[in-house]
Amino acid sequence: MSQSNPSLVEFLERDYAAGFISPIDSDLAPKGLNEDIIRLISVKKNEPEFLLQWRLKAYRHWLTLAEPTWAKIHHPPIDYQAIHYYAAPKRDKAPKSLDEVDPELLRVYEKLGIPLHERAALAGVAVDAVFDSVSVATTFKDKLAQHGIIFCSFSDAVQNHPELVQQYLGTVVPPGDNFFAALNAAVFTDGSFVYIPKGVRCPMELSTYFRINAKDSGQFERTLIIADEGAQVSYLEGCTAPRRDENQLHAAVVEIIALDDARVKYSTVQNWYPGDKDGKGGIYNFVTKRGECRGARSRISWTQVETGSAITWKYPSVLLRGDDSVGEFYSVALTNHFQQADTGTKMIHIGRNTRSTIVSKGISAGRGSNTYRGLVKVLPKAEGARNYTQCDSLLIGARCGAHTFPYIEVRNPSAQVEHEATTSRVGEDQLFYCMQRGISAEDAVALIVGGFAREVVKQLPMEFAVEAQKLLGVSLEGSVG
Amino acid sequence: MQMPARLQPQATQPLLQIRGLRVEIDGKRVLDGIDLDIAPGEVVAIMGPNGSGKTTLAQVLAGRELYRVTGGTVRFDGQDLLALPPQERALAGLFLAFQYPVEIPGLSNVYLLKAALNAQRKHRGLPELDAMEFLQQVKALMRELGMDEKFLQRGVNEGFSGGEKKRNDMLQMALLQPRLAILDETDSGLDVDALKAVAQAVNAMRSPERALVLITHYERLLEVIVPDRMHVLWQGRIAASGGAELARRIEREGYAWLQPGAALASAQEV
Repeated sequence: MSQSNPSLVEFLERDYAAGFISPIDSDLAPKGLNEDIIRLISVKKNEPEFLLQWRLKAYRHWLTLAEPTWAKIHHPPIDYQAIHYYAAPKRDKAPKSLDEVDPELLRVYEKLGIPLHERAALAGVAVDAVFDSVSVATTFKDKLAQHGIIFCSFSDAVQNHPELVQQYLGTVVPPGDNFFAALNAAVFTDGSFVYIPKGVRCPMELSTYFRINAKDSGQFERTLIIADEGAQVSYLEGCTAPRRDENQLHAAVVEIIALDDARVKYSTVQNWYPGDKDGKGGIYNFVTKRGECRGARSRISWTQVETGSAITWKYPSVLLRGDDSVGEFYSVALTNHFQQADTGTKMIHIGRNTRSTIVSKGISAGRGSNTYRGLVKVLPKAEGARNYTQCDSLLIGARCGAHTFPYIEVRNPSAQVEHEATTSRVGEDQLFYCMQRGISAEDAVALIVGGFAREVVKQLPMEFAVEAQKLLGVSLEGSVG
Repeated sequence: MQMPARLQPQATQPLLQIRGLRVEIDGKRVLDGIDLDIAPGEVVAIMGPNGSGKTTLAQVLAGRELYRVTGGTVRFDGQDLLALPPQERALAGLFLAFQYPVEIPGLSNVYLLKAALNAQRKHRGLPELDAMEFLQQVKALMRELGMDEKFLQRGVNEGFSGGEKKRNDMLQMALLQPRLAILDETDSGLDVDALKAVAQAVNAMRSPERALVLITHYERLLEVIVPDRMHVLWQGRIAASGGAELARRIEREGYAWLQPGAALASAQEV
């Protein structure tokens, strides 16, 4: 690998562009976690009793759990008592329209390249923006309502559709599922809620942008997506956080339910602050995402581009319960500097003729550590189940690491499971070839990495694909030298 | 052999001027004082046995960092070529067709070609081409080269045969229209048909403004692309210079006559 090309080094040292801090007053709960804090959150959110009890049960269960240690990640112990579990931008009352939203907050989204007004209108994207833990504005609510679609903050869903929340909440990721999911269930403060009624094809992409702003705050959002029979929806999620020297915890839960013939496509571009080039600061991203193909012929597809976070620990999974249901996982995870990613998926084949596809692309640069961890499980009744898995790793420089841990458990003899894996390196000869054609070093790296990730990035909706491609280039800062 | 008048070397400022070029790799001297002028419009062949420094010369001119220049100067179109990073040499109009074009899996040919062409256009102050204009241009060139359009969507040289890789480099050359193209063993590993196609592409590039340098082992390339001048590299130096007939002598006698002392006399003899 070339060590001395000045333009390449300059490019690789580029800064995290979303790292600004916004001077917005926050309504903060005291640091620490106990039952009183949970009650405070519940009161602040004006929640029904069932939800408070659900939270408390999750909390009591969490107390009996220990942090998982099986992932290939290392970090100093997290002090769960040093975190604010509730941080909300201060405001007198809930905004009725975008005009009432704090202009400073709207400026933050603009800096992030998400002007709610124009972008929403031009792109036809309905945006729900979650700032720290509170959903700020949801655009296009009315237009969606005409189709019977509910797209709102989780808090609004609790107020306006408590029966749907109660029916589906925790049915895919039970509150005691794992340490971080239990923590989320106890303290989650907001998130997004989507319900697509029977037979409705959502007329636009739904989108949520998450941002952590307040100091020492955690973000614990919870997203619940329900696609009723024959419904279809494509949902996008984007994330950023300011640059801070302290590590911040993000422990989200996403649950998706697809009933008969429903299709849900969930795309993520995760650009949480990754820490600086010496590994200081950055988001600890411990996320539980799971979808259940509950109905026959349903389909759930996860696409993720993970470029941010100091630590990424997430395994978007699909429970293939309905016969002939389909699960997909397309992932690009990039680690640079001291970033660590342990990510992958679980495909649990329960129904007959269920099919799953896994395509994972890991890119490691600097001293980054990139691990694919995946489980393909075929249960005894999953007659005719099929899985295809492809795991590719790309190394940039000599100090990074890539690891693959595929777990395969098959209990039905008719199942077909395929696994392919490759590891390659961005070669000095590849860079030279591109540069000899007049392409700058930085564009050459971006082209080569983009080529490697193409199969996954092309799964994203067009608008996100462009953003993801750029992010992959920018995120390689400091990977050489 | 009589050359058409338009291909006669012109008495203009050399496009490439190499003086006393010395190069090492891993502490070992590979080029030991090269002097060479190439004028616009010239087609120059460089021959020499394995290890004589032909590929090193090509790579050093293109800016490969693996090699260390320990002495000498190279001026390209009046500029200090050695001071420029590889991409700026390319933008100034220097093109290298590689002996072994590298594979870049997943990166489709069409992206690389478009990025390269638009980088050139930007450098020349021309607007970037949009996708439609670009495709029209590149598809026309592919037809001339007898390349299937499917090449555009394939990964760069990914799983290409040797001949396909060389043809792909010719496509890039035709698209980028360089001022100086160095073809490093472009004929090696080609069957007769592929050699014909490559020769046709190279001959189509001949122009009074452009210089071509053919690096080769074999005389057969020089039968289909007739050079104006020839140089023979021997142990990191130019040991003999002459016309196309020099190639035939090498074909007959090999390189033995280039032993120190014999070089000058032989060169004058031919």
